[in-house]
Amino acid sequence: MRYAMAVDTRKCVGCADCVVACQTENNVPFGYARDWIVEIVNGSYPDTLKVHFESRRCHHCDDAPCVRVCPTGASHIVEGGIVKVTPEECIGCGACIEACPYGARYFHPDGYVDKCTFCDHRVKNGQDPACVSVCPTYCLIFGDLDDENSPISKVLREREYYTLAPDAGTKPNLYFLK
Amino acid sequence: MKEITRRDFIKITSAGVVGAAISKPVFGFIPPFLKKDHNPPLESELIKTPTVCDICFWKCAGWVWKDKKGNIVKVTGNELDPHSNGRLCPRGTGGLGAYYDPDRLKRPLIRVGKPGSQKFKEATWDEAFDYIAEKMKQIEQKYGREAMALFYHGTTGPHFEYLWEAYGSQTYAEPAIAQCLVTREVGFIATYGQGLSSPEPTDVRNTKCLVLIGNHIGENMHNGHVQDMSHAIDHGATVITVDPRFSTAAAHSKYWLPIKPGTDIALLLAWMHVLIYDNLYNKEYVDKYTYGFDYLKGHVRNFTPQWASTITTLDPNLIRKTAHEMAKAAPSVVIHPGRHTAWYGDDTQRERAIAILNALLGAWGKRGGFYFSEKVSLPQFPHPPFQEPRWSWRTITTDKYKYAIAGVTNVLIDHSLPEYDGPYKVKGWFVVATNLIQSIPDQEKTIRALQNQDLVVVVDILPSEITGYADVILPEATYLERYDLLRNSRHRVPNIALRMPAVEPKYESKPGWWIARELGIRLGLEKYYPWKDIKEVLDWQLRQVGSSLEELKKVGVKHFERKTPLYIPDGYDWPFPTNTGKIELYSTDLVAMGYDPMPVYKKHDEPPAGFYRLIYGRVPMHSFGRTTNNPYLHELRPENHVWVHPKVAKLLGLENGQEVWLENQDGKVSTFSVKVRITERIRPDSVYLPHGFGQKSKQLRKAYARGVLDNELITKVKIDPITGSTGMRSNFVRILTQKPNKQS
Repeated sequence: MRYAMAVDTRKCVGCADCVVACQTENNVPFGYARDWIVEIVNGSYPDTLKVHFESRRCHHCDDAPCVRVCPTGASHIVEGGIVKVTPEECIGCGACIEACPYGARYFHPDGYVDKCTFCDHRVKNGQDPACVSVCPTYCLIFGDLDDENSPISKVLREREYYTLAPDAGTKPNLYFLK
Repeated sequence: MKEITRRDFIKITSAGVVGAAISKPVFGFIPPFLKKDHNPPLESELIKTPTVCDICFWKCAGWVWKDKKGNIVKVTGNELDPHSNGRLCPRGTGGLGAYYDPDRLKRPLIRVGKPGSQKFKEATWDEAFDYIAEKMKQIEQKYGREAMALFYHGTTGPHFEYLWEAYGSQTYAEPAIAQCLVTREVGFIATYGQGLSSPEPTDVRNTKCLVLIGNHIGENMHNGHVQDMSHAIDHGATVITVDPRFSTAAAHSKYWLPIKPGTDIALLLAWMHVLIYDNLYNKEYVDKYTYGFDYLKGHVRNFTPQWASTITTLDPNLIRKTAHEMAKAAPSVVIHPGRHTAWYGDDTQRERAIAILNALLGAWGKRGGFYFSEKVSLPQFPHPPFQEPRWSWRTITTDKYKYAIAGVTNVLIDHSLPEYDGPYKVKGWFVVATNLIQSIPDQEKTIRALQNQDLVVVVDILPSEITGYADVILPEATYLERYDLLRNSRHRVPNIALRMPAVEPKYESKPGWWIARELGIRLGLEKYYPWKDIKEVLDWQLRQVGSSLEELKKVGVKHFERKTPLYIPDGYDWPFPTNTGKIELYSTDLVAMGYDPMPVYKKHDEPPAGFYRLIYGRVPMHSFGRTTNNPYLHELRPENHVWVHPKVAKLLGLENGQEVWLENQDGKVSTFSVKVRITERIRPDSVYLPHGFGQKSKQLRKAYARGVLDNELITKVKIDPITGSTGMRSNFVRILTQKPNKQS
């Protein structure tokens, strides 16, 4: 089992429904977010202008620098390749926040580092992560890369995509469809 | 502008605010369920009740999820619901913030001392109702019942509309009509004999070509349409966007036409010209179903793409090419009518042009074009006949605006002013769930009208700006705490949805139906309220169509069989409910009323030197000003930015994030400053300001003074002569980099 997510930038409108859904699903405190929207503008008015949105979150990297640098093992990888933090083991040193090339982690006001879990509590029950389940543009696709018939495997076979910070060598599992 | 004397915002005691839960003051409050719980609850541990979202007018059905302690933890869509298909938009997902907002109105408030004094006292509901009933009696004795006007919005509105009918006044208006969509409805009624209603029956889901004219799907989160557009993109549809701004929809389009603002009719006429003179129109459909084709053909003879190019600044080849794209897809093409269509004062004619184009392409009543929506025939709960008023909104509206189909807020305001001395005076305002200061252009006039009233009552959830002008403020429960009338809307599948309370109303707030009924009883209208609880009404209605309240509580949404076709069957002789029984390319209604029977391009005002056209619009995470204080949605977009083209920024020496003030053509300066966003996404002759920000009510602690409200800069209103609709896009602003001196 290898979980991954794709964001279809042809459809994303940057509405941030994924951000609110994550907040209510995972009790993310106000002022913080596990996922967020980035608007990218290229070209110039009027002929070459291009805009797209990226719904971003933890990339649940195969080679996760946050896990490598964690001194207590609080940051770890669970089944399906999901990168998680055990709050009780986290000493709040912040090394993982520094190490993450995607800015996906933050200090929770309760004193530990928090981040996206791919909603593993939902995924275990056969549900999509909260962000995927609400998206009104159906631009988020989640699933198991080991299952070649899963929608995520299919879409990565059929569509062109890119990943963020490929040079960092993290082998990320968040894909952006062109 | 003069200092407003009557203005004061209510003082709200802090009792009931979740003060103890504040862990970091900078982030406001944290609802109790957010505290120290690292493991999110599973849905199997939660209790769900059905709701219909009230954060916008799309009215998506969903589920409210509560934990075992009774705290609402989330709201999600109902999969049976054709409005949402089980997916709410960000505002619906964050809808629980309306319930948790610590700034909510908490108990009835009555102004103390003489009218115009600055103090409110907390009151019981009985005291508030007695006060209102007494004042209404005085107004009735002096001016008649018709002098009591009702302004309403949203799902609470119908409870008060019913009360008004029972009381014997039909002096009412819904701002959402004349400020938003009436020109579209009338444009389509004049053409097809029927309007579009809501949700609009555009078959975007199945279309091959979607044309958006100043309609920014994706920034307006009209949920079903956003989903449909995604579906269409997935299936290879061509999207054509006409907008002076590179909207989100433009970003997803094959063609973007950065039109000069105010010239849309010229483009639409040129598209008609190409369809007709390049022989691309749907001849069979036009011959069979339309009236007045030869008139139209003659009318558009000279409206070539070259002609339109000089007016719109668009490339004539692009005009021709996009018309060919539409024809290639026809009849599976939607020229979308939009929703907020009150732009330049000739808006009914622009919508007529859109309706005509759809007819030339044969899209009306065809798959991928427009479908026919259908709703359940649901009987009203029986009531005695209403009293006929001596005069109504019609008396004061339809002489002037001959095709007005509903009350026009601005007309009621005109009759509320001190200088109005005719027989149809308005002397009392009852305002339900609409912040008229923000929703109606020309604020100064609205405020003068308010100050001329003997009674102003406001029913609202939040201390919005209008509550500062009230004599009595009644706190309404949020949609998560109340029943309402059944949602019986038109759609592909006729269906009924239920909103029921997930929790008890917070503080002393009460559901709208209860407020209307209690006031009705105080006004001696008991016979119109033979029921005690609205549940009796809902159950009775549902039983008439073979269901029950018990059933709806379980499913939330129930589907019913269609009785009419979804599309016009091929070759079928379809009767249209117009004078000619055909689709009227040449409108016999409009010509009889003395208006142009076919749309004509007329030049609109241009910005004076140094000024830019003020374009306003929406952000996807807010419903106008209603959600900018919602703790979940506020942090997604706490303030607006004014969009400025890089050339303009260079000329004025502006930097990204710089605070500026805006001054309009009439010398009106924005109350607050707004940050600049320099972007290629806007024409150099225009600036763009998302609506709903710059709240002036200090009681809205999050939203107060965050950004600039476009509405206060909209002092020039272009009235549509056909419907009375208020065109708001002929205002121009210049950018001030220094804080201006206070106006005298």
